[in-house]
Amino acid sequence: MADLSSTIAGIKSPNPFWLASAPPTDKEYNVVRAFKAGWGGVVWKTLGEDPPVVNVSSRYGALLDGNRGLIGFNNIELITDRPLEVNLREIAAVKKAWPDRAMVVSLMAVMTEEAWAGLARRIEPTGADGLELNFGCPHGMCERGMGSAIGQVPEMVEQVTRWVKNATRLPVIVKLTPNITNVLWSAEAAKRGGADAVSLINTVNSIASIDLDAMAPTPTVDGKGTHGGYCGPAVKPIALNMVAEIARNAETHGLPISGIGGIGTWRDAAEFLALGCGSVQVCTAAMVYGFRVVEDMIDGLSAWMDEKGYRTLADFQGRAVRNVVNWNDLNMNFVTKAKIDKDLCIDCGRCHIACEDTSHQAIRILPGDGKRLFEVVDEDCVGCNLCAHVCPVPECITMHPQANGLPYLTWPEHPGNPMRVQPPQAAE
Amino acid sequence: MSGVHGAAPGGALGLDRDLVSPFTALQAMAESSRCLYCYEAACVTACPTAIDIPGFIRKIGTGNVKGAARTILDANIMGGTCARACPTEVLCEQACVRNKAESEPVRIGRLQRYATDALFTAGVQPFARQAPTGKRVAVVGGGPAGLACAHRLAMLGHEVTVFEARAKAGGLNEYGLAAYKMVDDFAQREVDFILSLGGITVKTGVALGRDVTLTELRQDFDAVFLGLGLAGTNTLGVEGEDLAGVVAAVDVIAALRQKTAPPVELAGRRVVVIGGGNTAIDAAIQSLCAGAADVVLAYRRGSAQMGATGHEQDLARTQGVVLRTWLAPRAIEGMGGAVTAVEFERMVMEGGRLIGTGERVTEPCDVVLKAVGQKLVAGGLDGLALAGGRIQVDGHLATSLPGVYAGGDCIKSGEDLTVQSVADGKAAAFAIDAYLKA
Repeated sequence: MADLSSTIAGIKSPNPFWLASAPPTDKEYNVVRAFKAGWGGVVWKTLGEDPPVVNVSSRYGALLDGNRGLIGFNNIELITDRPLEVNLREIAAVKKAWPDRAMVVSLMAVMTEEAWAGLARRIEPTGADGLELNFGCPHGMCERGMGSAIGQVPEMVEQVTRWVKNATRLPVIVKLTPNITNVLWSAEAAKRGGADAVSLINTVNSIASIDLDAMAPTPTVDGKGTHGGYCGPAVKPIALNMVAEIARNAETHGLPISGIGGIGTWRDAAEFLALGCGSVQVCTAAMVYGFRVVEDMIDGLSAWMDEKGYRTLADFQGRAVRNVVNWNDLNMNFVTKAKIDKDLCIDCGRCHIACEDTSHQAIRILPGDGKRLFEVVDEDCVGCNLCAHVCPVPECITMHPQANGLPYLTWPEHPGNPMRVQPPQAAE
Repeated sequence: MSGVHGAAPGGALGLDRDLVSPFTALQAMAESSRCLYCYEAACVTACPTAIDIPGFIRKIGTGNVKGAARTILDANIMGGTCARACPTEVLCEQACVRNKAESEPVRIGRLQRYATDALFTAGVQPFARQAPTGKRVAVVGGGPAGLACAHRLAMLGHEVTVFEARAKAGGLNEYGLAAYKMVDDFAQREVDFILSLGGITVKTGVALGRDVTLTELRQDFDAVFLGLGLAGTNTLGVEGEDLAGVVAAVDVIAALRQKTAPPVELAGRRVVVIGGGNTAIDAAIQSLCAGAADVVLAYRRGSAQMGATGHEQDLARTQGVVLRTWLAPRAIEGMGGAVTAVEFERMVMEGGRLIGTGERVTEPCDVVLKAVGQKLVAGGLDGLALAGGRIQVDGHLATSLPGVYAGGDCIKSGEDLTVQSVADGKAAAFAIDAYLKA
């Protein structure tokens, strides 16, 4: 059985699955239940200075598919609404009872050193393993100059990180907001400030839906709504990209990353780990299904690692980073074509109509024996994958790279590029 | 096929219990999400009325349930009955591509019922009539073909008078389908819905040949549609058919539907149903519902040759009907003028021909229900050309007489199904409209 133990910024946990700073980690009761279920660590829901914030009634919005499966989730809840002293006491108790689990504490304060350093110093004696600076909350707190209001200004990210680092011996993880134009600016700022790691993404600014009867955003608070933080499966692609950008960027390469964003399965987690993450943080999946989902996350990841021959997370951690490149580094000479397995085909016609209406008219219909025969016209197929994605049958449409003997040729070298940096070597 | 999908829980059917429970909103949503929204979908091709099935299912999925009902009813005004009575297992659901990978089609019939029920419950008439044309059309027969024709003609602006021999319109929907398929007086609710469009007058108790002739109708109206159905029943042609207790299955079904006394007592009796179509199955199951002690359905060929689908046969078995095949009736035995048994000959198929083996099998019984098909009663047709015992029509459903069209079971079209009759009635309405505007 694979060894799932994880170490990130010196913080150890028996597995890489942490609960993100959010409602599931708001108090001792929940966190103890999570540890009993097998979670490797938690980031305790963000602490702030007293007096505690007050939350509104009705806090969550959701994007559901036709079968009420959850695609995306959003919230307008603020940080912990319990007194600091209560949280600190519970953190200490839980850490003492569960010494092998990662106990990271999230914190947020106004833009003064006194506030940030003060909070960090209060947290340190609890025995917590690390701090996570919440620079991401995109609703409510930002209107008070906290959360994403800090995270969106790289200079402030750097400044606060430095203040906290100076105030504590604990590892400091900086949680980044995706509500920016370029995540590298804040990641680099965190590193300059001395961050031991970054975690991302925080939630995406969003309106979950409009209630067409109330003519108001959801969640609706007495007829009004506000933008909230979007998370869940829908944001995973956004998160993967931002993680990859940091992992492959020269200035931030090697900075430990705790991956967050739409992680609901072991496979999601493996993808983040492959992009260099040292741990992953989960919230939505736990909120939808309960803490028990970690069982398959552990079991599935372990089984997959055994299958692949990976003994530790380090064996595959970051393995995909080198294959994330700029578009300009892609091979223009590579050609792949779709192929339709006529035996697996169930004759729904979706590949045809998708290609016919919206792509390259490269799938024709031939009369078949009892069912239509869908055939890819190789001359017209550009290998876009659309048909493979809309096909309801797994493995029915597969993509096949075509050997053409041509060299790796990037756009900057491409003869069709009027700005090409070097002409291709002319064939005599 | 195993079991009866969606059968109402609790085992035995009753005369007033739904065969298939209606979908809840949650079920409809889950099932609609299974539809792949196929391009040029096979289910549409398999439907005689070519309902845009992926289109209406998508509308259910988006919460546009009344829009879904309109899509259904625009193609098939009796989409409500068809949702209940269609043998979907050999039509749309048989063609569903979900069968191929999962052996489990999208439950199109139940989704169709969900959508049409919602519209009926809301009391919405989604169609409007075009400007009056001043043309008048007589429709003979208030069954599925006649009413479908009348509804479309009225939409096209014509004035329609429907002549119905029986006391109620609805035809076999009202008199011929098993009660457990049409609970809560659905056939009449559907008739009311169709008539609520306006422009359609129904005259019940008026029979062609008895109360009115085709010649008169041609004089009084600009066009005539004949949706006569098949009012006569075939006989077995064996000795003893006149014994007490030997009756036509359709008469028993009609009486049970009308909640009047059946022509023969069923409670506690041993019943033999002769035939292999849906009428035979309906009669057999309803006999059990009405208290028959045991019911044997005997058919002269095998299961595969039965007109009733495998699904219907399974339903009959589940309800306790004993299905016996390869038995052809040779004589009905009696005592004191009442039936006591049916004598069958065991049959085999040899060289593609059905032949008797000479072996005799006797089935004791108190009641014999004949379900060996219906035939056209040709009274009042005034020289209209027939073909193969049905009214002869061309590709536009025009008969041999100008301005006279026909459809439904009285012509030889596709299957003898409600959905086929509705398809005929709609097609004939467009043909009549073109004729009237020519």
